[in-house]
Amino acid sequence: MNRRRVIGKILASVGTLLFVVVFNFFLFRVVESDPVANLYRGRNLSQEQREELRREFGLDGSQAEQFARYVVQTAQLNLGRSYVSNEPVASEIARRAWPTVALVGVSALLSALIGILIGIVAAWRRGSKTDYVSTGFTMTTYSMPDFWLGMLLLLVFAVGLGWFPVGGIADPQTGGGLERLIDQAHHIVLPAATLTLAYLGEYALIMRSSLLDTMREDYLLLARAKGLRDVAVRNRHAVPNALLPVTTLLAINIGFVLSGAIAVETIFSWPGLGLATFEALSGPDLPMLQGLFLVFSAAVIVANLAADLLYSYLDPRVRTA
Amino acid sequence: MRGAVATSATRVAWARRRRAVAGAWGDYRRSRTGMVGLAVLVLAGLVALGAPLLADEAELRAVNAIDNPSWAPPSEFPPLGTDNLGRSVWAQFVWGSRISLLVGLAATVIAIVIGTVVGVSAGFVGGRFGGLLMRGTEWFLVIPFLPLAIVLAAVLGPSIENIILVIGITSWPGTARLIRAQVLTLKERLYVDRSRAFGASNRHLMGRHILPNVMPLVLANTTLTVPIAILSETTLSFLGLGDPSRASWGKMLEEAFHAGAITREAWWYFLPPGLGIMLVVLAFTLCGQALEAILDPRLRERRS
Repeated sequence: MNRRRVIGKILASVGTLLFVVVFNFFLFRVVESDPVANLYRGRNLSQEQREELRREFGLDGSQAEQFARYVVQTAQLNLGRSYVSNEPVASEIARRAWPTVALVGVSALLSALIGILIGIVAAWRRGSKTDYVSTGFTMTTYSMPDFWLGMLLLLVFAVGLGWFPVGGIADPQTGGGLERLIDQAHHIVLPAATLTLAYLGEYALIMRSSLLDTMREDYLLLARAKGLRDVAVRNRHAVPNALLPVTTLLAINIGFVLSGAIAVETIFSWPGLGLATFEALSGPDLPMLQGLFLVFSAAVIVANLAADLLYSYLDPRVRTA
Repeated sequence: MRGAVATSATRVAWARRRRAVAGAWGDYRRSRTGMVGLAVLVLAGLVALGAPLLADEAELRAVNAIDNPSWAPPSEFPPLGTDNLGRSVWAQFVWGSRISLLVGLAATVIAIVIGTVVGVSAGFVGGRFGGLLMRGTEWFLVIPFLPLAIVLAAVLGPSIENIILVIGITSWPGTARLIRAQVLTLKERLYVDRSRAFGASNRHLMGRHILPNVMPLVLANTTLTVPIAILSETTLSFLGLGDPSRASWGKMLEEAFHAGAITREAWWYFLPPGLGIMLVVLAFTLCGQALEAILDPRLRERRS
């Protein structure tokens, strides 16, 4: 792909990001709310204290001034202070990003891997019993609310059988080093299994239909005519080409899964950005929500850009189009 | 004279449409999964409409459940046991189906109307205006749907109207893009050119040629948007953004989770609403896929 197209795509993403920043400001001003009055309800505040607090939360001045200040501060990665903890939102988000990145990273990879394998088997043996069973299975998991699936896993494997902890990221009593790592691995199993099961259906369905499309291409007929074995035709010729749309889906999904884990993290008390969103809702802690929304949107924009660039790198047909 | 010609033209058009619908139904009936989905939907619709016959609405209120045992399993309190307050789970399930289906359908109507209007105008008018519309659509496509819905619901406050509105106005961009693509290809058809050459106005073209031809696609897309809307309602309600005064399947899951139904192993409380959602979502998806297969000859060929 030539450089001009790459730069054009990057600029378009920057434009979208700017749109999100502006949109984010107005989104939170849809309703008139006075957080100072809400937070200090029932307490006697003097007029000066009130003004002081409003200044601290960045709520003084006209709308235009607030907007200008918001843009400048956002550019400096200053996302304001949380109403609840009074900590800077940016550092709170940074602190809670790691559990989510770990959880989403593990489950995105596993769901893509397992989903692709299921899709390949289903498409290659189309119409067989395997195809019906696997397609039925993936359609079913795809139709479940992801957090409900998590509740079922909790009921069976944590409460019923007692194999896994019911929530959290680590037992506070375990020591450091390797012991701690093993403990965290033990805690991640159920939430990661939930997200993996919830997302693999999409990969399986897309891989299946992509491979079915590829199977009608002439070059596969040629490969067969050359006398290649069935497995070779599948693994060397059909699957690599059918993988194209799935790679894009994976790149886009990593952006979306970040926010998709909100309810699942809540179920498992997994202390990441999803649980932070749930906690920010009961306040509501508007600066925190605003910051989280910005981060979730930025993740999707970056993931989309990556998917776009990756796709045109992998598929020469798009490069020239 | 002119009136008579118009009437007969209308009649011909209607007869043609009736034939097309009958043909499509014939095709649809051959899809086994599509018929299963339709049957499940009919059943769900009957439960929702017949709620007053199946359970007394008064059973939903905790005041009326004081005498009931709390956390009673189905064997003690048929048919589905009770929750932490002694309320009948069956009554909540039956009445909750109404809210879940209502929110899913109403939100879909909003999403489809916005998506169709934006898609048709962007495709039909084209040019700078259409480009601008699509730019805006792409922006909304990129904004992650769930956080946007959560923020909107949090800012607007929890009520059934707001949750419908929130899901509706966050779900349209995909439809808009799909419809626009279809309109762009329709616009280039010969019969549209011919009609334009005869002096047809834009309004005539839109009403007679474009809209009737995108309608089947709109229908298939509607069937595939409802399940997404229902799942969104479930998640939003679970996060505490649903209408606090009305039971829905999502709200049941929220209350079950926060009441500690999992640690109590009270499976009868959270199994039914989840199963209900799963079956309805699956049924809508099956119907949507069956419709799509009829409309898209490429898929039909693949199926056979």
